[in-house]
Amino acid sequence: MHHRTGRGPGALAVGFGLALGGLVIGSVLSAKTRKGRSSDDAPGRTARRSFGKYEVVGRTVTIRKPRAELFAFWRDFSNLAQFMENLEHVDVTDARAGRATWRIKAPAGQTLDVETEIVREEDRKLIAWRSVDGSQINTEGRVTFEDAPGERGTRVTLIIAYDAPGGALGKAIAKAFQREPGVQARHDLKRFKMLMETGEIATSARRKDQTRAAQQENA
Amino acid sequence: MMRALTWHGAKDVRVDTVDDPEIINPRDAIIKITSTAICGSDLHLYDGVIPGVKPGDVLGHEFMGEVVETGSGSSLKKGQRVVVPFTIACGGCFHCKTLQYSACENSNPAEKQDMSSTLYGQPMSGLFGYSHLTGGYSGGQAEYVRVPFSDVGPIVVPDHLEDDKVLFLSDILPTGWMAAENADIQPDDTVAVWGCGPVGLFAIQSALIMGATSVIAIDHYPHRLELARKLGADVINFRESDVREALMEMSGGIGVDAVLDAVGMEAHGFAIDNMLDVVKQKVGVGADRGGVLKQALLAVRFGGKVSIPGVYGGLSDKFPTGALMEKGLQVRSGQTHVQKYTKDLLAKIEDGTLDTTFLISHRLPLEDAARGYKCFKEEQDSWTKVVLKPGMEH
Repeated sequence: MHHRTGRGPGALAVGFGLALGGLVIGSVLSAKTRKGRSSDDAPGRTARRSFGKYEVVGRTVTIRKPRAELFAFWRDFSNLAQFMENLEHVDVTDARAGRATWRIKAPAGQTLDVETEIVREEDRKLIAWRSVDGSQINTEGRVTFEDAPGERGTRVTLIIAYDAPGGALGKAIAKAFQREPGVQARHDLKRFKMLMETGEIATSARRKDQTRAAQQENA
Repeated sequence: MMRALTWHGAKDVRVDTVDDPEIINPRDAIIKITSTAICGSDLHLYDGVIPGVKPGDVLGHEFMGEVVETGSGSSLKKGQRVVVPFTIACGGCFHCKTLQYSACENSNPAEKQDMSSTLYGQPMSGLFGYSHLTGGYSGGQAEYVRVPFSDVGPIVVPDHLEDDKVLFLSDILPTGWMAAENADIQPDDTVAVWGCGPVGLFAIQSALIMGATSVIAIDHYPHRLELARKLGADVINFRESDVREALMEMSGGIGVDAVLDAVGMEAHGFAIDNMLDVVKQKVGVGADRGGVLKQALLAVRFGGKVSIPGVYGGLSDKFPTGALMEKGLQVRSGQTHVQKYTKDLLAKIEDGTLDTTFLISHRLPLEDAARGYKCFKEEQDSWTKVVLKPGMEH
């Protein structure tokens, strides 16, 4: 049982919780170890409970590549738009400090910029980020990389929590995001796996203009 | 634009003019189809019992042809003749690396994986021309097809072997072979095979090559039983004889060592539960008619082996779980790991160990594909295998 970093409250979780005033990822991580809860070994995000006003999604995939390679790819946030469908692009404004501006696709052809900073980083193991104060969306995310058994590569776990803003745009964004909160993260992680393992993202389209990416751009 | 066989609804397939394919991803290749077959499992699509098929979908997963275009990551060269496995496999994921190609984790597009995940717990891999459950890839009953991961799947075939000899490397030959391999055949084994369609016939041939003492073939079409007999099998016509009793007698009263269900979800038969299952399929409940599998589980001896190449998709009622547990059986199943077998089977075709052309009953131009489906469905005794040739004159 070496893959336990998904459990137990850590410094990261506390920091995030304070930043958002809601112990979001912290409570996800610790859901199973709090008073009165069963203490089984399932990840906290699979708990049969809600996390209040925040939408929280968490997913794990196993990717047959070394941890270092996957970590390095993810650490350059400008790569994320290659497999995260809701992202138009990410501009890294300060690579060392891990500051970046995410341009997120919103309904009706609008976009939304969210500035994030890396709040915790452990080489080849973990990257955690959160939106800076004053962002239109409060969001925090955490990706961990652990060795999978034997030759199976790396287990990659992504947890994202976010809280959409008020107003008409906020409602539209919330709708877009919350339609299927877990689905987007799951699909994005699968696409990350495809890109890392095969060098491309699978499509069953017959022609370039029929791919999902092309159709979203034309929408 | 190109011509292609498209699905429009139950019992409604047509040859339409559709967009021709182009290279999208680096590892793609475009193949100009020279031969493509209608598979028994295409009849499940034709009958409308497989979920996730959309009007306009191009069918066909048994095909071969000439490479006409390649992406920068393809290992193929223009002009090569290739046979393409129906299972799309990336070659790089855990399942591909362990030769379980039909469980490839990367070939079914991310946004198409949810339905089969819900049905089976994890998503299926991508298959050509076999519903959106398996990716929604355009199939090969067409003039051209886009082949992803073309550096992994297609096998280059030598010019002196004509299409009809090698075409079935795409599916039914490896499927029959893996079905026999899944039955873990030992030299003294008596093996029963339900269904003398192409997969059943290839499984019979494979079981005998693997050393089975005797193979018993079960069907109700006289011509198909005759083909099985010519391969060296004993035959049982289930309309004339009681299958379970016959199998007990023919295995010396202990039950057969291995059973192969090469029929799947649309078994014929008059058992009352089968009739109920027919009704449920008609009203869209998606119940598998599992008559053959139920019978096979009773016919197999204690400690025997059960191989399931026949296609099932959903759930089954009144399944004999008691027999399954009490008898201590080995059960192996699954879509075929085609890429694992193509090289060895090509060698067996080349040296004459395997005969692949005996079951072809009809060769038609692609334009006649709809008629091919209808006759393959309705005249199963004489229409044993239909090969479509896009270049053939009417």
